[in-house]
Amino acid sequence: MQLIECPWCGPREETEFHYGGQAHIAYPETPSELTDTEWAQYIFFRANPKGLFAERWSHSGGCRRWFNAVRDTRTYTFLATYRSGEPQPEVQS
Amino acid sequence: MADTLYRSQVLPSDVFAALPEGLSVTIESHVAMAGLRLRDLAEVLNTTPPVQPNTWAATPDGQMVWLGPDEWLVTSRDQQPHELESTLREAVKERGGAAVDVSAQRLSLRLSGVLARDLLSLGCSLDLHPSVFTVGSSAQTALGMTNVVLLALDSAGEDYRIFVRSSFAGYLADWIVDASAEYVN
Repeated sequence: MQLIECPWCGPREETEFHYGGQAHIAYPETPSELTDTEWAQYIFFRANPKGLFAERWSHSGGCRRWFNAVRDTRTYTFLATYRSGEPQPEVQS
Repeated sequence: MADTLYRSQVLPSDVFAALPEGLSVTIESHVAMAGLRLRDLAEVLNTTPPVQPNTWAATPDGQMVWLGPDEWLVTSRDQQPHELESTLREAVKERGGAAVDVSAQRLSLRLSGVLARDLLSLGCSLDLHPSVFTVGSSAQTALGMTNVVLLALDSAGEDYRIFVRSSFAGYLADWIVDASAEYVN
């Protein structure tokens, strides 16, 4: 069990949150022109790094807002959380 | 016009009858509640919705609780649910806001007494000390295994209001009775 810092509510228990996959995946600008391969890349293909990873999280047990977090996948340490729409902060693991 | 439909009693009225001394729970039925969505902040019911997360503000006959950056829960003791909904809607529709009656969604419980904070700490991970969870604070968090909206009503940590989902009210009542068993002499 650890605390996750919700950008709105502050530090809360991990059980109040839900995971939402990789962050900063933009919807295709011209969806009608995408090939099946490009659609598959957009929908199914995600990074799986060992180390820092920007992810979406939802504070589903609290304010129900989506936000982004940078987490170290080796240690499960949350290094930064920030609101949707804000740029990814520079952090060191 | 159709008759107004009232929520039936969610909890048996005697469920909290045997709580130990220093702890009392009142079931506050017939509290009208409305969900308010508003981006362009305006005064509603003579009250400016609180922008600080985890706070609530008093309205003339109820409370306005921060639920999100553009979302509030408005309660009213005096107005009927449909009246509260239409009053709010009239106040915010020009600004693109929305108001929806959610009176049946949650049940309001008032937990008071010198043991109140101690009892909550058995199922809530937040620091509820009055120096941190001051009067005017609110929290959407877990109590036991259910989600609640918790409001601090006094500065002594002895008076709280809990909004719990109606379908979880029975569970939470059982949890409170069970958790209070250790204070029985």
